[in-house]
Amino acid sequence: MRRIWKKTGPSLLLLFLAAGCVLGFCGCHGSKGLSPFEVPEELDGSRDYEITFWAKNDTNKTQTAIYEQAISEFEQAYPNIKVNLRLYTDYGKIYNDVITNIATNTTPNVCITYPDHIATYLTGANLVVPLEELFEDEAYGLGGSEVRFDSPSLEEIIPKFLEECRFGGHYYALPYMRSTEACYINKTFVEKLGYTLPETLTWDFVWEVSEAALAQDEEENFLVNGQKVMIPFIYKSTDNMMIQMLKQKDAGYSTEEGEILLFNDTTKELLYTIAEHGGSGAFSTFKISSYPANFLNAGQCIFAIDSTAGATWMGTHAPLSDMSKDKVVEFETAVMPIPQFDPENPQMISQGPSVCIFNKPDHQEVLASWLFVQYLLSNEVQTAYSETEGYVPVTSKAQESEAYQEYLSRCGEDNSTYYDVKIKAARLLLENTGHTFVTPVFNGSASLRNASGQLVENTVKSVRRGETVDEAYMEALFGDITSLYRLDQPGASGMPEGSAKEDLGELPRTSVFLLSSLAGVWFLMAVYFLASAGRKR
Amino acid sequence: MKKLAVLLVTCALVLGCAGCGNSGDGGSDAPDASNASAESDADTEEEDAAQEEAGADEKSEGVMTYEEYAAAEVDSQVTVETYVQAKQSWWEDKATLYTQDRDGAYFIYDMPCTEEDYEKLVPGTKIKVTGYKAEWSGEFEIIDAEFEILDGSYIAEAEDVTSLLGKDELIDHQNKFVSFKGMTVEAAGKDDAGNDVPFLYSWDGSGQDGDDLYFNVSLDGETYTFVVESYLCDNTTDVYQAVKELNIGDTVDMEGFLYWYEGVNPHITSVTVK
Repeated sequence: MRRIWKKTGPSLLLLFLAAGCVLGFCGCHGSKGLSPFEVPEELDGSRDYEITFWAKNDTNKTQTAIYEQAISEFEQAYPNIKVNLRLYTDYGKIYNDVITNIATNTTPNVCITYPDHIATYLTGANLVVPLEELFEDEAYGLGGSEVRFDSPSLEEIIPKFLEECRFGGHYYALPYMRSTEACYINKTFVEKLGYTLPETLTWDFVWEVSEAALAQDEEENFLVNGQKVMIPFIYKSTDNMMIQMLKQKDAGYSTEEGEILLFNDTTKELLYTIAEHGGSGAFSTFKISSYPANFLNAGQCIFAIDSTAGATWMGTHAPLSDMSKDKVVEFETAVMPIPQFDPENPQMISQGPSVCIFNKPDHQEVLASWLFVQYLLSNEVQTAYSETEGYVPVTSKAQESEAYQEYLSRCGEDNSTYYDVKIKAARLLLENTGHTFVTPVFNGSASLRNASGQLVENTVKSVRRGETVDEAYMEALFGDITSLYRLDQPGASGMPEGSAKEDLGELPRTSVFLLSSLAGVWFLMAVYFLASAGRKR
Repeated sequence: MKKLAVLLVTCALVLGCAGCGNSGDGGSDAPDASNASAESDADTEEEDAAQEEAGADEKSEGVMTYEEYAAAEVDSQVTVETYVQAKQSWWEDKATLYTQDRDGAYFIYDMPCTEEDYEKLVPGTKIKVTGYKAEWSGEFEIIDAEFEILDGSYIAEAEDVTSLLGKDELIDHQNKFVSFKGMTVEAAGKDDAGNDVPFLYSWDGSGQDGDDLYFNVSLDGETYTFVVESYLCDNTTDVYQAVKELNIGDTVDMEGFLYWYEGVNPHITSVTVK
């Protein structure tokens, strides 16, 4: 049973709300806050360091082995730095545990994460290390003179990927791997239905073929596959679906400052289309039906949209599979960018793990952490890890390396290391990096992301249950989702402190009263202390 | 900006003090869930005994029998009265439960539930559940559900389904508390040195202690993958330890819930080496 995202696992809905409480009240338990990190002049080699690395793998044994190998090699270069690995299989659980550990000052040193999550961590003072000074440090910076391995220079990190880690005026992370989404297509069935894949996949094409695939015989077997089950189009990540559709339509999602624009007429228009095809049975989602890969490989799906980092699960000869082999059918797999509204101006999401460093009272320990992070960007780690899935390395140094180029050139030589679907997925991103985008990062941006997916999930579930999807439904849906994700509350909407849009007015009377009370208590305590001191003398 | 800062600091101090102040004996005014449930159990056991004499559940008006539930279309609304057999997880005010009545079992997924109510849902508790029937990778479940606690109690005996392994009829027992007897532990995979191992952390060995445990057992030449689901039975439980101590070739009896994922995938709750 594959459980990359354990179905019963936590979503991030309330985590962000809980995070505010934890970060707000951690002072009660003794956390005094950290001083801003300053780069030490040199790493104290007379000391031993032990750092913790919380990593995410895609439930992939090879990835685990690569992390372990990387740690082993790093420890050989730095025998006085020990790295403890803790493995996770989803970002949400890492986020959850980081939030929990912030309150007890037990955050990891290094953590694989998403920028949306870092935005929440940043509500704690000096919790995450801004990296600019470390980047440029002559001795220990990227490609620095005292670094004991061949690390990339700042210029060798793909600028677009690096910029994704910049928010609030600082670089708070480094990209580790990058992926996008791909449409994995049963080309055999598309052609059997009388269609030819266009050069650029469009939404209209996908919807049309998907509806055509629903034709059944008298015994309710689908004509295209001869089976009782056929869901022609399945989307794994419906938040990405809505986000990318809106971007392609140049419609609102959010501003850079955190103003929420998701609930607009274009969103409604998109949801009506999704409802139409969800209602007919032409479209479903991972949360409603299960993994797109399993349906695709069983000949029960034609268009499966999932991350390029899921490419090893896709296709008749996929190296990873958790379904019985007798269910897998033979077909030709095409790997294409996600459908577009404007083929001349393709747009697709950039995603994938980044890595951040948590601040510690001991700045030497932070420096040791930084060196390990740099090691994760070395060619050895970058090429090895990217080859486990349809990831691409985040440095030009690794992308252009002889080893990586040879890997790409051997596409299809076998069904493991050189599995064609996986390498085609990686190539897809390499060729479209200029067409990728990310959504604005602010405190609350992850809630907005979840909300955008929930709009799709609710709409599809509703039509499947026979509910009417009309204007009244949309109004209610928008209201429910706004309320569920607390997007109508200034704090949760992610409106940053001090933004021009904030107009707080006068201090509330309650606060005035509470402040006065506190001042009074402190005054009385001071009087009592002075009186006691006087008596002792 | 300063006003906001002052407001936040004030609230933090006041609420923080309140929180710390309550931490010592917090919950003393709260009802004792365990006592409450114990009393409830005592009451309901009498009724249960009476019902057992009658030999069947009495369903309220508008409540489906298991047969009607099993026949209901996916995505249709269903209402059942059932009994909690085990709790898998509670998160963000949502509970996931293994439930069963005398005729069949119902997996309740992500049902809105307060933490207080979750504490009341001890094994045996009778609940009325209204939600939608769904199918996820072959597992039938009730989602988007509401529930109420009713009087009554029932804990299912494990039903021996060993002889049904590999047969189509097995799915008729989906989600029930079942037992498997006399099965043989097979290799689940290989370690880094290439040696056969009796279990894996996560489905392919990519996990660590605390993750789901996967192990293979065979009967009559057919091998099946069973799992210790870490939300249901974490690494502090006896079954988690027992599976970690299995040896290839051991003969085992097992109990658990007949979960489905792309085929039968029991969530094992006890293992006994014979």
